[in-house]
Amino acid sequence: MASEERSAANYWRANMRLVGILMFIWALVSFGFGILLRPVLDAIEIGGVGLGFWFAQQGSMYVFLVLIFVYAWRMNKMDRDFDVDEV
Amino acid sequence: MDLTVLTWLFVGGTFAIYFGIAIWAKASTTSEFYAAGRGINPVANGMATAADWMSAASFISMAGLIAFMGYDASLFLMGWTGGYVLLALLLAPYLRKFGKFTVPEFIGDRFYSQTARIVAVVCLIIMSVTYVIGQMKGVGVAFSRFLEVPYDVGLYIGMAIVFVYAVLGGMKGITYTQIAQYVVLILAYTIPAIFISLALTGHLLPQIGLFSNVESGVPLLTKLNNTITDLGFAEYTAQKTTTLNLVLYTLSLMIGTAGLPHVIIRFFTVPRVRDARLSAGWALVFIALLYTTAPAVGAMARLNLVDTIQTGAVGTPQSNLAYDARPQWFKDWEKTGLLTWDDKNQDGLIQYYDDKSTEFQAQAEGLGWKGNELTVDRDIMVLANPQIANLPNWVIALVAAGGLAAALSTAAGLLLAISSAISHDLLKGVFMKGISERGELLGARIAMTGAILVAGYLGLNPPGFAAQVVALAFGLAASSIFPAIMLGIFDKRANDLGAIAGMLVGITTTIIYIFWFKGWFFIAGTNMAPNLPENWLFGIAPEAFGAVGAILNFIVAYVVSRATAAPPEHIQHLVEDIRVPRGAGTATSH
Repeated sequence: MASEERSAANYWRANMRLVGILMFIWALVSFGFGILLRPVLDAIEIGGVGLGFWFAQQGSMYVFLVLIFVYAWRMNKMDRDFDVDEV
Repeated sequence: MDLTVLTWLFVGGTFAIYFGIAIWAKASTTSEFYAAGRGINPVANGMATAADWMSAASFISMAGLIAFMGYDASLFLMGWTGGYVLLALLLAPYLRKFGKFTVPEFIGDRFYSQTARIVAVVCLIIMSVTYVIGQMKGVGVAFSRFLEVPYDVGLYIGMAIVFVYAVLGGMKGITYTQIAQYVVLILAYTIPAIFISLALTGHLLPQIGLFSNVESGVPLLTKLNNTITDLGFAEYTAQKTTTLNLVLYTLSLMIGTAGLPHVIIRFFTVPRVRDARLSAGWALVFIALLYTTAPAVGAMARLNLVDTIQTGAVGTPQSNLAYDARPQWFKDWEKTGLLTWDDKNQDGLIQYYDDKSTEFQAQAEGLGWKGNELTVDRDIMVLANPQIANLPNWVIALVAAGGLAAALSTAAGLLLAISSAISHDLLKGVFMKGISERGELLGARIAMTGAILVAGYLGLNPPGFAAQVVALAFGLAASSIFPAIMLGIFDKRANDLGAIAGMLVGITTTIIYIFWFKGWFFIAGTNMAPNLPENWLFGIAPEAFGAVGAILNFIVAYVVSRATAAPPEHIQHLVEDIRVPRGAGTATSH
C-alpha cells in the first residue's frame, strides 16, 4: 500500500512537472514573443515585419500544436512507466 | 453556370449529405445521445471538435476583424487556439476519466452539491443560448445573401435541418454531421485563400504568402502598411490597444475557450483517456488550418479592397474609383446594405480614408475630400472575397455552403450542450431522479426541440445585444466553469462552499463589470459610466475582464475551501481516481 501511494504521488509529481514546462512554453510564445517581447524581436525581420508579429499571427499556433502532441506522447509513456495505463 | 443555381446545388448537396447522416446515425440510448456511445476515433473527434468550435464568427467575421484591426486581432488568433492547450493539459483527459455526460454533472459530483450543479447549469444555459443566437443569424444572412430567399425562410430551413439530425441522432448524429461540415467549411475557406495568395504573391500557401513579396518586390505587409497609412489609417502591423488589455483579452479568450461546455463535452465521446489527449491535438490541427489562413485572408482582403477604391497615388482625382465604374461585387453588396457609399463632396468618385486622423485632415481638405464616403461592414470581407478577387462562380457557391456548415455545426453542438444540461442535470439530476433511460432519452429530445425553437425565435428577433455576445459568453466561461473544473481536479482540498463562492464571485464581478460599461442587459443608455478607457478599472476593457473574474474565482475558492471543512473522504478518493487513467473503460457504464 505504502509503495503504491508513493508511486501515485510520483506519477502526479512527474505529470505536474511536464505540464509546468509545457505551460511555460505556451506563455512564452504567445504572451512573451507575441506581445511583451515584440519590441526585442523586431530586430529579426520576416516578410517586412518583426518576428513578434509572425509569432502573434502564425508561430504561436504552431507551437501550441506541438505542445499538445508532446504532452500526449509523454503522458502516454508515463502512464505505462507508472503502470497506470488503460488496458 | 448561373451563380444562384450553382449555390443551390452546393447548399442542397451538402444538406442532402447531412440529412443522410441523420438517418444513418440514429441514437437509441442516452450514452449515444449524450456521448455518441464513446466510440469516436480521436482523429474523427478532432475534426468534429473543429467544426463544433469554428462558428459563423470564425468563418465569416474573424478575417474581417483581422483586416481592420491588423496586429491587435492577434488576440483572437492566440486566444481561440491557445485555449486548446489548457483544455488538453488541464481538463479533457481528467473529465474523460470521470466518465459522465455533462459539465455540470462533474461540478455537482466533485463538489457534492446540487447548488454547485445548478449554478453551473445556469451559466451553461446563459452562455450557450447567447452563443447560439449568432449562429442562427449567420444561417439567415447566408441564405438571404446567396440564395435570395428571405432571412426568416433561410432560418426555418436551417432549423429544420438541425432538428432532423440533432433530435434524431443526438451527439452521434451531430458528430458525423460535424465531420462532413468540417470538410465543407475548410475547403470553402482555404480554396479562395489559395487563389488570392497566388494572385497577390505567387505563393500557394497563404501562410507563406502573408510574409512574402508582392509583384513589385515589396513585402506584402510593407505594401499594406504604406497603402493604408497614405490614407490616414494606422499602420496594419502596429499595436493600437494597451499591452495590458492585449494580454488580458487574450488570456480571457484562452480560459473561456477551455471552459466552453459544448467544446468540453466533445471529449466525452472518445473511448479512452489517451484518446482524449490525442484528440485535443487533432482538434487544434484542424482548427489551425483555418486560423493560420485567416490572417492572410484578412491582410490580403484589406489590400484588395483599398487597391480597388484607391487605384493610384493619393492626390490625383484619377486615382479614386468612379462610382459609375464600380465592380459587380460592389453593386451586389450595396443591395444588402452592408456596403454603402455617400458622395459627401459630390464628385462622383469614391473616397475611402480615415477621416478621424488629425494628421491626414489637412491633406484631405486640400484635395477637396469632405469625409470618408465608404462604409464597409467587416462581416462581408470573407463572403465578398472570392468576388473581389474575380474567382469563378463555383468558389463563391462553395463559400456559401461553407458559411452555412460553420453556423449549423456550432449551433448543433451548443443545442446539445443545452438539452443535455436540461434533461440530464435538471430532469434526471434534480427533479425526476427515478426517471427511466427511455424517459430521459425522450426528455433529451423534447429539450432539444425546445432549444431549437428558442434559438430560432431569438434568431428571428435578435436582441440588441447579439453583437456583444462574445464578451459575455467567454467572460462567463472563463470566470465560472473553467476555475471550478480546474480546482476540482488539481486541488484535492477544494470543497463545495469554496467552489460555489468562487463561481458566484467570478460571474457576478464579470457580469457587473461588463454591464457597468455596456448597459444592464446591454440595454443602451443604462450603463453606469461611458465605455471609455479612462473610466475602466486599471484601464481594463470589459471584453478583457473574464481573466480577472477567473483569478477572483480561484482566490475566493481557495480561501473559502481552506477556511471550511475538508471534502469528505469519498470525494478525495474520487479526485485521486480521476488523476490516473486506469479504469476509464469501466466508468462508461452507469
